[in-house]
Amino acid sequence: MGINLTPKELERELRERSLESESLIQSLFNCDRRHFLKVSARFAAMAAAAGVIQPHAFQLVDVAYAAASPDANPEVGFRFAYVSDSHLFARGMNHRFAKAALKAVEDVNALDPQPDFVLFGGDLAQDGRPEELELGRQILSGLKPPVKMMVGEHDWYFDLGEKWRQMFGPDRYSFDHKSVHFVVLNSVVEDDFWTVKGYTPEQRMAIVAGLDDGRQSRFKVGEEQRDWLHKDLEKLPKTTPLVVFSHSPLYKYYRPWNFWTDDAEQVQALLFPFKSVTVVHGHTHQLLTNRIRNITFHGMLSTAWPWPYAPQGLPPLTLQMERTDPFDQFDGCGDGSVDVLKSGTVNANYNLWDRNPRTVTYAEVTKGIKGGGPSY
Amino acid sequence: MTPLRMFRGALTLALTVVASLAVLRSDELLGAQRSATATISGETDGWASRTVSACDHRKAVVVEGVRSNEKLPPQKAQEVADLLSDLMRFCNEEVVARISIREKITLSVNGLPFVDYVQGGELPVELVHGKVQHTDRDRAIWKAELDREVAEGDRLFHSDELGTNGLACAMCHPDASNTHPETYPKFQTQLKKVALLRDMVNWCIQNPLEGKVLPDDDPRMKALEAYILVKRTGATLDPGKH
Ligand code: HEC
Ligand SMILES: [Fe+2]
Ligand SMILES: [Fe+2]
Repeated sequence: MGINLTPKELERELRERSLESESLIQSLFNCDRRHFLKVSARFAAMAAAAGVIQPHAFQLVDVAYAAASPDANPEVGFRFAYVSDSHLFARGMNHRFAKAALKAVEDVNALDPQPDFVLFGGDLAQDGRPEELELGRQILSGLKPPVKMMVGEHDWYFDLGEKWRQMFGPDRYSFDHKSVHFVVLNSVVEDDFWTVKGYTPEQRMAIVAGLDDGRQSRFKVGEEQRDWLHKDLEKLPKTTPLVVFSHSPLYKYYRPWNFWTDDAEQVQALLFPFKSVTVVHGHTHQLLTNRIRNITFHGMLSTAWPWPYAPQGLPPLTLQMERTDPFDQFDGCGDGSVDVLKSGTVNANYNLWDRNPRTVTYAEVTKGIKGGGPSY
Repeated sequence: MTPLRMFRGALTLALTVVASLAVLRSDELLGAQRSATATISGETDGWASRTVSACDHRKAVVVEGVRSNEKLPPQKAQEVADLLSDLMRFCNEEVVARISIREKITLSVNGLPFVDYVQGGELPVELVHGKVQHTDRDRAIWKAELDREVAEGDRLFHSDELGTNGLACAMCHPDASNTHPETYPKFQTQLKKVALLRDMVNWCIQNPLEGKVLPDDDPRMKALEAYILVKRTGATLDPGKH
């Protein structure tokens, strides 16, 4: 880099820059989206001009990219929003995860126009406790649009879904909305690994909650549910656009972390005959895109924490988020919305809280994604 | 006759009579050493060599300049017997001695490289601290200790006891991913100073976990570092990225 600063100069440099960034960050909070883009461009310029960015240091703002209002795009038929993976502890509304979930509720309620409905993508609770689910219901009750619930493994393995089903109804169902057929699956079914080992419900939940805990089985949709899905889809013309919600990705990404559905191929086989299929899934807590034949897969963001990309198996279509800022609770987290186009295909809008939003359009999925991932 | 002299006499006899058997036994014994030194039997630097072993199967002498199917001349046999009985003093070690064509004696102790040896002298173990040879038992103890340290780190990394809000490291760092110990020390812009791995461990304890920082000499810090380092050994490096 060729810049040699004395320790004094470096200190001054850093102090000035951090003052400057503080006021910039302040202004980010107080501005509308268009202004936000301007400010973030200035941020990027400043970082480049400062020139003392260490190779190991964080990269600053990249090109900004805002989700257009659905009104602005004549192709858009309707929009739904999502909130996912809130992982609530029953520790009150001031716990960091509760605050994050509340932030997502505010985001959704501020959408203009309002989405037709909100999908909750699973992992409402952290340890599957009734009190956690209760807190979750309380938080989600603040959402103005109707809510569609989906179950995640963190909601399920304390009492095998008893409380969840009692509160939210069946864990798999389908509905039609504006000529699109929606399916909600429970994709976190695991073979019984607890009975022979004599694990308590708490132990069973803790094992499944551990992403790197190899004592558990792998997720699957299971034969019984696949039969149900088969029957559910049978009556539909193959031209009906399908949108499938599942908690785990309905493909095989990284087995050791259960970024995975064991019977993914069998489920996909039921979806292949349809002209346009989109799977929207939770669980992976990251910007994630895949396409297998006619099926497009979009991962949802978590409100609680982002996960690193797995060491293997990342679908090449994925636009990777850059390194998460460990100093910022909200970085890499967020919520989002999905624009269902009149053609039945979708554009996925990632509303990343502390970095630039990013839309992954159907056109990009099919023709190639341009540009870098969202950075701060 | 002292018992030692008796033993020496018997050994000389044994050497001349059952040399071929001895060669076989010593070959088995020396399997490990051979791979390290490749000069135990057969041709050595253009010279033939001859291997004989003592009856405890843990001592062997390689005689250079003598073919393996050749009988040892009585004087050489005596020399070998003297050396072997001398080496019997070191009961617990596996020793391979080599008598070169120029009568120079070198020893390899427990598979370590050959070093000079003077008969009747100390076992040449200066390669090892405390002049004590490490045994398999030693090594097993060290491994168990290391495993215990790493297991404790593993436990802490997956537990909420370092914080106050229920969070655990592994929630965000499965398999210690994204901890990048290989990138430290580095200038951490937000901390505005050069940080070591433990500084970021402490930072994550203080922030996501809302816990109390660990002092540098806290055994829990050591355990966490041990776990992170062991987990990330062999991980692909991405210079400049983190
Ligand atoms: C809520 C999520 C979260 C939790 C819990 C958490 N961390 Fe982190 N940590 C992060 C993020 C995000 C980063 C930045 C990741 C990156 O570098 O890509 C980070 C960075 C780090 C780094 C530095 C990595 C680097 O590249 O320099 C270390 C070391 C670390 N964490 C250790 C820990 C330890 C030990 C714990 C438990 C005491 C812990 N973390 C708990 C989110 C978390
Ligand atoms: Fe999750
Ligand atoms: Fe999950």
